[in-house]
Amino acid sequence: MTMMKKLLTTAVASAMMASGAQAAISNDTVKIGYLADMSGTYRDLAGPNGLKAMEMAIADFGGKVNGAKIEVVSADDRNSADVASSTVRRWVENEDVDLVAGLVASSVSIAVSDILEENDKLGIISGSAASSITNEHCTPNHIHYVYDTYPLANGTASAVVKEGGKTWYILTADYAFGHALEGDVSRVVEENGGEVIGTLRHPFPTPDFSSFILQAQASGADVVALANAGADTTNAINTASEFGVTQSGQTLAALLLFLTDVNALGVEAAQGIQLTTGWYWDMNDDTREWSDRFMEETGVRPTMVHAGVYSSTMQYLKAVEATGSDDAQTVRKQMMDTPINDMFATNGQIREDGRMVHDMYLAEVKTPDESENEWDLYKILRTIPADEAYRPLSESKCPLVTSK
Amino acid sequence: MSQSFNPADIQKAILEQQKIEDRKKMMLNGVLVLLLVAAPFVMYPVFLMKILCFALFAVAFNLLFGFTGLLSFGHAAFLATGGYTTGYLLSNFSGLTTEMGILAGTALATLLGLAFALLSIRRQGIYFAMVTLALAQLVFFFFVQSEFTGGEDGMHGIPRGHLFGLINLENNLNMYYFVLAVFLGCYLLVQRIVSSPYGQVLKSIKQNEPRAISLGYNVNRYKVLAFVISAALAGLAGSMKSVVFQLASLNDAHWHMSGEVILMTLVGGMGTLLGPVVGATFVVNVEYQLSQGALRDWVDPILGGIFILTVLAFRSGIVGEIQKFVKKNLG
Amino acid sequence: MSMIFDVPLAVLSGQLLIGVINGAFYALLSLGLAVIFGLLKIINFAHGAMYMLGAMATVILFDVLGVNYWVALLLAPLLVGVVGVIIEYFLLRRIAGQDHIYSLLLTFGIALLIQGVLTNIYGVSGMRYSMPDLFKGGMNLGFMFLPYYRAWVIVIALLVCFGTWFMIEKTKLGAYLRAGTEDAQLMQGFGINVPLLVSLTYGFGVMLAAFAGVLAAPIYSVTPVMGSHILITVFAVVVIGGMGSIGGAIITGILMGVIEGLTKTFYPPASSAVIFLVMVVVLMFRPAGLFGKEA
Repeated sequence: MTMMKKLLTTAVASAMMASGAQAAISNDTVKIGYLADMSGTYRDLAGPNGLKAMEMAIADFGGKVNGAKIEVVSADDRNSADVASSTVRRWVENEDVDLVAGLVASSVSIAVSDILEENDKLGIISGSAASSITNEHCTPNHIHYVYDTYPLANGTASAVVKEGGKTWYILTADYAFGHALEGDVSRVVEENGGEVIGTLRHPFPTPDFSSFILQAQASGADVVALANAGADTTNAINTASEFGVTQSGQTLAALLLFLTDVNALGVEAAQGIQLTTGWYWDMNDDTREWSDRFMEETGVRPTMVHAGVYSSTMQYLKAVEATGSDDAQTVRKQMMDTPINDMFATNGQIREDGRMVHDMYLAEVKTPDESENEWDLYKILRTIPADEAYRPLSESKCPLVTSK
Repeated sequence: MSQSFNPADIQKAILEQQKIEDRKKMMLNGVLVLLLVAAPFVMYPVFLMKILCFALFAVAFNLLFGFTGLLSFGHAAFLATGGYTTGYLLSNFSGLTTEMGILAGTALATLLGLAFALLSIRRQGIYFAMVTLALAQLVFFFFVQSEFTGGEDGMHGIPRGHLFGLINLENNLNMYYFVLAVFLGCYLLVQRIVSSPYGQVLKSIKQNEPRAISLGYNVNRYKVLAFVISAALAGLAGSMKSVVFQLASLNDAHWHMSGEVILMTLVGGMGTLLGPVVGATFVVNVEYQLSQGALRDWVDPILGGIFILTVLAFRSGIVGEIQKFVKKNLG
Repeated sequence: MSMIFDVPLAVLSGQLLIGVINGAFYALLSLGLAVIFGLLKIINFAHGAMYMLGAMATVILFDVLGVNYWVALLLAPLLVGVVGVIIEYFLLRRIAGQDHIYSLLLTFGIALLIQGVLTNIYGVSGMRYSMPDLFKGGMNLGFMFLPYYRAWVIVIALLVCFGTWFMIEKTKLGAYLRAGTEDAQLMQGFGINVPLLVSLTYGFGVMLAAFAGVLAAPIYSVTPVMGSHILITVFAVVVIGGMGSIGGAIITGILMGVIEGLTKTFYPPASSAVIFLVMVVVLMFRPAGLFGKEA
C-alpha cells in the first residue's frame, strides 16, 4: 500500500515537473466549463455571447493543445448558488472539467471557487464585480480577470474629484455589492479632498428612481454617484436626464456601467457620464479587429467581460501548452509568471491573490454629435495604470498574501 | 362482486380489499426505499441530496396545500430561515454538532411558522395566500438587511461537521444516508398525520370548512397546527440543504422559491403522498438537465410551458393521473 | 426653511407629488387586475407580462414601422388586448369554474413563457425609446422640477382610471358585464353572448396594463423582465384595496404611491417592503381589504 502510494506520488510529481509531457494532460482532454447567467439579469454582459467569445479563443488557438482535445461544456447558473454548485461539483468530480470560466453573480463565483479549491481545479472569474473575491474570499484556485469594484471607484471618483466635484451624494443599491462600492468611493473621494455629504440606500431592484433623484438634487451636491448596476443604473440615468440633473449643474457619475447598458440608454440620455472600464472595443486596431469578428458572430459589440473571457481562455490554453499539464496549480503558476499582452491587456499581471491587474480606462460617454453609430459610445479620457487602479497587496486580507 | 347484500360481508370485503391495497402500497414503498438506498452508487450523491431536500420541502408544503387546502405563497421564508440559522450557527460555533445546528434551524422556522399562522389563519382563499406572501416579503427584507446573511453574496463555507460528533459528514455517502434517513422519517410522519384522525379533520376542512365547523371542530386550531408542522418541515429542508451545499443564499428566500414549490407539488400531484416527491424530482431534474443542454437559454419559458400544460391537461399531477388511470383500468 | 423630521418641507412636497404620480401608475395597473378578478374571478399573474408587452410593443412598433408615441398609445394596448383575448379563448376558458388558484398558476406559467422567449430575442439590457419631443423639459414648481411627461402621466392615467370606473359601475354596458359574469345562464337567455363578453373583459383588463406599459416606455428601462419586478407590488395594491373593487383599486393605488414615496424619503431601504407591511396590517383589521365586501 505504502509502496503503491509512493510510486503514485513520484509518478505524479515527475509528470508535473516534466514540462511538455503529454501524459500530464488528464484523459488527453482539456475540458473547460462555461458557467454564467444565460437567461436573467446579467445575461447580456456575459451570457451566451461570452460562450461565443470562449469558442472563438479555442478556435483561434487551433482547437487542440499539445495534441490533446479541447472540449467545452456550458450551463446556465440561473443566478443561483445552488444550481451553480451542483453543476460545478458534477463537472469537476464526475466529468473531469479542468477549468470553470464565465461566472458573474458574486454568490455564484464565491460558491464555485470554494468547490474548485476543494477539488483543486481552476476557475477564471470574468463577470463578477465584488473585490472580496480576491480579498477575504481568495483561494489558490481562482483568478479574477476583468475588473472589480476597487478600480471602478478609484478611477471614476478620483478623476471626478480632481475636476472639481468636491461634494458627493451617493445612490447605493442596498446590497453587499452596493455597500462595497459606496465604501470604496467614499474613501477615494475623501483621500482626494472631497466630501460625501449624503448617501441613500435603495432597494434592489427599484423600478422608479424619481424620488431618489429628487433627493439627490435637493442635497445640492456637486456629484451624484450611482453605486448600483444593470437596470437600476439605466433607470437612474434615464430619470436623472428627465429631471435635468446635469442641466442644473450636477455631475452624474456611474460606477458600474457596461457597454450594453450604455447602448440601451443611448447617447442622448447618457452623454457626458464618466465611467471606468477595463476595456473598450474601439481603442486600437487589435481591439477593433477582434470586435469586428465578434460582431460577425453575435451581432453586437463585445463588453469588457466578453473580451476578458476570450483573453483569459487564450492565456489559459497557452499556459497548458507551455507546461504540458492541466493541473490547476501548475497552470496557475505559469499564468502568474507570464505577463499578459494581447488585445485585452498590456502587461497584465496575475498576482498571488488571484487578481489580474491591468490598466483600466476612464471613459466618457459621447454626445449625440460625436457618436457615429449605436456602438460608438466612449471617449477614453485617461489610462489608469494597473498599480494605481487595483487594491495594493499591502492592504490585502487574502491569507495567500498575508501569511507570507 | 359478491351477490349477497349482507352488510357484514361487504364490510369484510372492503377490509380485505383495504389490506391488499395496503400490502401493495407497502411493497411499492419498500421498492422505492431500496431504490433510494442504492441510488448514490448510480447517480451523483449531491444531486440526489438536492432532490431529497426539495422533496421534503414539497412534502411540507403539500401537507398544508394538498391536505388542508391552504395555499401558502410564503413558504420560501421557512426554507430560508432554516438554512440561514443552521448555516450561521454551524459557521460560528464550532462546538455545535451538525444535528444541533439543524434542530436549531428547524426550531426557528417552526416559531416563524407559528407567527405566520397566527397572523394569517383567519383569512380565506386568495387573501390567505396574499398575507403569507406579504409576510414572506418582510422576512426577505430582513435577510437582505441583515449583515450575517452576506446579502446577495450569500453565506459560504458552512462546515458539514460530524453527526452526533461522530460520523463525518464531509463524506458524501454519509451525508446522503443522513439526508435520506431524515427524509424518510419526515415522510412517514406526514403519512401518519394524514391517515390519523387529525388528518381526517384536515381533509374535511379542505372539502367543506363550514361543515367541519358545524361538527364542532375548532377549525382554526387545526389549521394553525397544520401550518406549524408544515413550516417546521420546510425549515428542516432548508437546514439540511444549507449543510449539504455548505451555503445559503437569498434565492431561497425569494418569492420565486415559493412559486417553485407550488409547481413541484402541482406537477407531482397535490393531495397525494408521493406526488410532491415525484414533482420535486421532476422539476429539479428538468431545471438541471435543461440548464446544461442545448436548451440552456430556454429554461424559464419551458418551465412556464410545463405550468400551463399541467394546469390545462394534468390537473391531478403525475401521481394523481396515474392513480386515476390505475383506478379506471385496473381497479 | 420649515422641516418635518429633518426633511425640508419643499422636499417633502416634491416627494408627495412624485408619490401621487407613481400612485397613478399603480392605480392603472391594479385597476386592470381588479377588473379581471372582480368580473371573471381570474387571478391574473400575467398582468406584469402584459404591462411589459405594452412597453415592448411601443418600442418595437417604433423601431420596425416608425409608429410614433401617440399612435402607439392606442395601437399597443389594442395589440396586447388581442393577445389577451387569445389567451382567454384558448387557455383560461378551459379552467373556468375551477378553483381560483388554477388561474393564478396558469397565468404565472404564461408570464414565464412570454418573458423567457422575449429575453432570448431582445436581451435584458433594455431597449432605447426617446421621449416624444412635446414632452421634453419640464416646469419649475418652486419646490421641485416637474418634467412635463410626469404631469402628462398623472393626467392621462387618472382619466383612464375614472373612465373605466364610470363605464363599469355606471353604464349599461357595465351592468351587462357584471350581470353576465354573475349569472351567465340568465344573460345568455337574454341573447347576450357571455363567452364573448368574458373574452373581451379579459382583453380589456390587459389593455389597461399595456396602456401603463406604453406610458412607462419613455421613462423606464424597457426590458422583458420589467413586469415581473412590479407584479407582486401591484398585487399587494389590489389586495389592500379589496380584490375586485374597482374604485378601491384606484384609490389604494394612489394611496400606496404616496406611502411608498414617504418611505423613500424617510427610510429608503424599506420602500419596496412597506407595501407588504401595510397589507398585513390592513388585512388584520379588514379581512377583505379596505374597500372589499366580506364574503
